[in-house]
Amino acid sequence: MARMKFLCDADRCIECNACVTACKNEHEVPWGINRRRVVTINDGLPGERSVSMACMHCTDAPCAAVCPVDCFYTTDDAVVLHSKDTCIGCGYCFYACPFGAPQYPKVGNFGTRGKMDKCTYCAGGPEADMTEAEYVKYGSNRLAEGKLPLCAEMCSTKALLAGDGDIIAEIYKERVVTRGYGSGAWGWRTAYGDAITV
Amino acid sequence: MNMKHLARRIAALMAVVTVLALGAVTAPTGAQAQQVNPTAQSVTEDKLFQALQGDQMVAGRVSIPDDQASGLIKPGNKSWAGTHTGTVRFLSIAAVVSAIVVLALFYMIRGRIMVDGKMSGIRILRFTAIERFAHWLMAGSFIVLALTGLNLVLGRTMLLPLLGEGAFSTLTVWGKLAHNYVGPAFMLGLLLSFLVWVAHNLPNKVDAEWIAQGGGLLKKGVHPPAKKFNAGQKVIFWSVTIGGAALSFTGVMLLFPAMAGTQADWQLFQLIHGIVAAILSFVIIAHIYIGSIGMEGAFDAMGSGEVDLNWAKEHHSLWVEEVQAKSGDKSISTKGAHPAE
Repeated sequence: MARMKFLCDADRCIECNACVTACKNEHEVPWGINRRRVVTINDGLPGERSVSMACMHCTDAPCAAVCPVDCFYTTDDAVVLHSKDTCIGCGYCFYACPFGAPQYPKVGNFGTRGKMDKCTYCAGGPEADMTEAEYVKYGSNRLAEGKLPLCAEMCSTKALLAGDGDIIAEIYKERVVTRGYGSGAWGWRTAYGDAITV
Repeated sequence: MNMKHLARRIAALMAVVTVLALGAVTAPTGAQAQQVNPTAQSVTEDKLFQALQGDQMVAGRVSIPDDQASGLIKPGNKSWAGTHTGTVRFLSIAAVVSAIVVLALFYMIRGRIMVDGKMSGIRILRFTAIERFAHWLMAGSFIVLALTGLNLVLGRTMLLPLLGEGAFSTLTVWGKLAHNYVGPAFMLGLLLSFLVWVAHNLPNKVDAEWIAQGGGLLKKGVHPPAKKFNAGQKVIFWSVTIGGAALSFTGVMLLFPAMAGTQADWQLFQLIHGIVAAILSFVIIAHIYIGSIGMEGAFDAMGSGEVDLNWAKEHHSLWVEEVQAKSGDKSISTKGAHPAE
């Protein structure tokens, strides 16, 4: 099985936010929830870079470690998913996540947290693949259809890569060698314990 | 149109063509020079990580209207996760288990602390209705909070395998709601208890003597003098007051994260909340023991509010003298009288 990862080539990202929009549209994500976002570093300064960030589907995910009800699970493709039926909306996964991935709808009294929502790597949830029940809770399951996450698939500059970690790392290395520079595979060291060295 | 003017125009044209031709030759070298390093000033993840001080984050600007989302990578969050699943979980288990082990050993060695003289049958008022209300409001809410809180830390390893995912999740959702809504009751009980008892809990000379004699806990027949509260009870009072205040403050901050500040603040408050709760659980388990099965006649003080005279003479001799001096009757019934002071 593949070990799925995201890689954002910040030297290509043009901060168009199409990945953010595509994600929202594909999964009909509710208002106030952003499964993916684009952060611009050193905005307006020489050498600014933008990075598209979502759940990185970490190795030994810290969210899963701190969840009091153990609602996280890792698929065969190493995608970190969770069960909204089990989630109690405590917020611990947000405390633990280095990437700010977990999101909570504001429900109930005093705007208390609802059940957590995050990037599913377009792989749905524990419900049967491509069912209505799965779609309502987690959005579409493109992986089950044999497709990669939409954010990366429709990236106009191919800055955002999704797929097997070894393959996308190879593509990135090739780019860096060809053009002679690269600002790094953002988040890889934190998520997977190793950065890409070229 | 004179020839001189035409010649000047041709000369100018020639000059322009020459410049352009020269430019065409030199231009590529200029472009190459620029292309050597177009990203000399660009940020790299490595540089930003090196610049990180402590547990800060790599942050930038986002176009979505949520400042929290501007954080890109916060490696420090993993250290919170490590502390929560490590230290806090360990302390929670250690507090409960060690309290039970210590008390079981104490019970086996010392046994139940009995009233040495027989019960006199004469009862004196130790805690008024308001004092008992304050105590039980705090005690009842504390038990709910402690159990639901421990469930968040330990339930996953202890209850989840027994109950299964669905039932455990339902239990924990209700536990979370109970924890959130019972919290204010605890705070009210804490405040009331502090107000009614703080005057009796200021340390004094009698406490040194009580501690020197081990509170009479270890040897039968030893009863160091004490006023309304002995040194051990004062330790419980101040543990509950200070620990409870810390729990209340951090708890409110966790309930209203927007008030509390940034994610780093929430993490700090959460760790303080967990660690203080574990320590206080140890203290309270010991308190429950000595107030119930650990000592004959002790529960009455908070049960009916009236204790046996002989029990009071053994455990709170100076307090009994105060009460009797006030009621002006040496031998009997101070029933209905206001307790000390």
